[in-house]
Amino acid sequence: MLVFCLALQIITGIVLVMHYTPHVDLAFASVEHIMRNVNGGHMLRYLHQNGASLFFVAVYIHIFRGLYYGSYKAPREITWIVGMLIYLLMMGTAFMGYVLPWGQMSFWGATVITGLFGAIPFIGDPIQTWLLGGPAVDNATLNRFFSLHYLLPFVIAALVAVHIWAFHTTGNNNPTGVEVRRTSKEEAERDTLPFWPYFVIKDLFALAVILAVFFAVVGFMPNYLGHPDNYIEANALATPAHIVPEWYFLPFYAILRAFTDDVWIVMLASWVTGGIIDAKFFGVLAMFGAIAIMALAPWLDTSMVRSGRYRPKFKIFFWIFIVNFVMLTWVGAMPAEGIYPMISLIGAMYWFAYFLVILPLLGIIEKPLPQPATIEDDFNAHYGKAHATDSAAGVAEPAE
Amino acid sequence: MIKKLAISAVAATLAFSSGAFAAGGAGEVKNIDFSFEGPFGRFDQAQLQRGLQVYTEICSGCHGLQYVPLRTLGDSGGPQFSEDEVRAYAEQNFEVFDETLLDGEGDWRAATPNDHFPAVRSAGAPDLSLMAKARAGFSGPHGTGINQLLKGMGGPEYIYSMLTGYTGEEKEEAGSFLYYNKAFPGGWISMAPVLYGEDVEFADGSPNDISSIAKDVAAFLMWTAEPKLMDRKQAGFAGVALLTFLSILLYLTNKRLWAPIKARAKAAPAE
Repeated sequence: MLVFCLALQIITGIVLVMHYTPHVDLAFASVEHIMRNVNGGHMLRYLHQNGASLFFVAVYIHIFRGLYYGSYKAPREITWIVGMLIYLLMMGTAFMGYVLPWGQMSFWGATVITGLFGAIPFIGDPIQTWLLGGPAVDNATLNRFFSLHYLLPFVIAALVAVHIWAFHTTGNNNPTGVEVRRTSKEEAERDTLPFWPYFVIKDLFALAVILAVFFAVVGFMPNYLGHPDNYIEANALATPAHIVPEWYFLPFYAILRAFTDDVWIVMLASWVTGGIIDAKFFGVLAMFGAIAIMALAPWLDTSMVRSGRYRPKFKIFFWIFIVNFVMLTWVGAMPAEGIYPMISLIGAMYWFAYFLVILPLLGIIEKPLPQPATIEDDFNAHYGKAHATDSAAGVAEPAE
Repeated sequence: MIKKLAISAVAATLAFSSGAFAAGGAGEVKNIDFSFEGPFGRFDQAQLQRGLQVYTEICSGCHGLQYVPLRTLGDSGGPQFSEDEVRAYAEQNFEVFDETLLDGEGDWRAATPNDHFPAVRSAGAPDLSLMAKARAGFSGPHGTGINQLLKGMGGPEYIYSMLTGYTGEEKEEAGSFLYYNKAFPGGWISMAPVLYGEDVEFADGSPNDISSIAKDVAAFLMWTAEPKLMDRKQAGFAGVALLTFLSILLYLTNKRLWAPIKARAKAAPAE
C-alpha cells in the first residue's frame, strides 16, 4: 500500500515536472497550464495532490497499528527508527511540494515553517537565511525546494528498502505479538503462511477498496483537502487571514502553537535559561520533540507483552491517544483564539504524557491478559471449534 | 477484515473531515443547487454562454481572466461555441499587445482564439480565472468541514452571494468608498455594486433579474476555474466503478484462498 503510494507520487511527479517551471513569475501560471492545456494534466495534478493525502492517511494508520501491536519492541527497534526517518522525510518532501505551485498558502506556509528555524537562539537567523537562500522566501527558495522535492522521494525509496530489509531479518510482527516458533521448520510453517498468495491477495483487496475511495475524492471533490487561498498567486505583500498547513501537519502545528507565553512550563523554561528559550522556541522544541519521542517508544515502553490485544489498560490509553490525535488535527485548523489554545495544550500534554509517563508506568502496574502460546493456537481459537461454540453462546469476536 | 476496513474508513473520514477547513467563510453565503454539483454534475452549456455574456458586458470592465485561453470557449464540457463563434467573439471584444508587430516595436491588434482573455484592467480588481476555487463558501460546524462535504466548497455560491449581498450602505474611508456586503468577510468591500437587474439582455430571453444573472456568471466562473470538471467527474466515476468491481472479485478470491486454511483450523483440536 505504502509502496504503491510512493510509486504513484514518483510517477505522477515525474510527468508533472515535464511541464512545470520553477520560477516565481512562472510557477503559478505553469501549474494552470498543466491544469488547462496538458492532456490529462488536470488528472495527473489532482492525483499527485491528493496522493500526498492518501500517503499520509496510510502512513498514520501504519504507525498507529505499529503502536497498538507493539511492533516497535525488540527485536524490531531498527525497523521502527528507520520508519520514523521515512516519516520525517515524507513531511519534508510534502512541505516542499506544497510550496511549488506558488500560491498564497505555499508562500506563507514556507515563510512560517522556515521561520521555525529562525526561532533557534543565536544561530537561528543564519540557518533560516541559509535554508531560504536569502532573507525571505523568493526564487532561490522555490528552486531549492523544487530540487529537494525531486531528490527526497528517492532517498525515501532507499530507506523503504532498508525498512523492509530490517524486518526480513526479524520477521513480521503479527496481531498476537507472539514470536513465530523457530525451533523446527515444521513448527514455523504451522505458525506462518507464505506471503504469496495469502497476503498478496489480501493486501490487493484492501488496496482496491482504498483506491475506490481515493478515486471518488480525486474525481468528485479534489479540492476538499486543499486550501482555497492556494488558488491565488503568491503575494509577499498580502498575508492570508489564516495561515494553515496541510491537514497531515495539523496535529504538530497544534502542538507548536500550544505553548504560549502564559503557560507555566514555558515561563519556567524561560526563567531557568535566562530568556534564551522563549515561547516560540519552546513550541518548536515541543513540535520536533513530539516526533522524536515517538521514535523512542521502543525504550519507553516497559511492558513485556508486545501486542495491545492482551493489555486491557493499555487499550484504553491507546484509544485516548488516537482520539487525542484527531482532536489535535482539528484544533490545528482553528484560529489560535478563544478556547482552542487550551485544547491544544491539553492535547500536547497528553501526547507527551502517553510516551513519557503512561508507557513506562503501564508496563509495571498493568496485569496483562494471558497470551496464546503460539500463533497457531490463536488462529485455531479464532476460526476453529472453540470459537464456533463461543459465537453460539453470544460472546463477541475478539477484535482483530 | 471487513470490520477492520470499516474502522479504518471511519477513522480516515474523521481525519479527513477534521483536516478540512474553511478559513474566511465568515460572510453569509447562500447554498445554491448548481447543475455541476454532485458526482454526476454537468455544466449547463446555455448557462455558461449567458455567464460569458455577463462577464463580457459587465465584469470585464475591471476584472481579467488571464489564465483562460479564448480557444477553450469552444472546448467540449464548456460553453462550446463553434470555432467561428469563438473567433468572432475574440475579435470583437478584446485587443492584445503583440510584440512582433511594427518590426518588433509592438502594436495592438484584435485578439484571436490563440490568445488568452485579458488580464486585470483596473487596479485592485482581482483576476477572476480561479476565483470560484480561491473562495470557499461554507465552513464549520466548528471547523470540522462537514458542511463542505455536504454542500461543496461553495466557491460559486460565494460569488453569487457576494454579487447579491449588497445592502446599499456605503462609507468613505481614506479617500475611497467602501460598500457593505453581507457575504464579504469583514463586511466592507471596495467593489461597488454592479448588478441592479436587467443589466444584460439575453438573446434567448432568459430571466435577467439580479439573482439569475449572478447565478449565470457564478457558473461561468466555475467553468473558468475548473474547465475539466466534467472530464474529471467522468474519470472519477469510471475509476470508482472499476475498482469497486475489482474489490468484489478480490474479496471473493481472498475468501476462497483462505477457506482451506480456516477449515484446517476448524479441524484442529479445540483447546
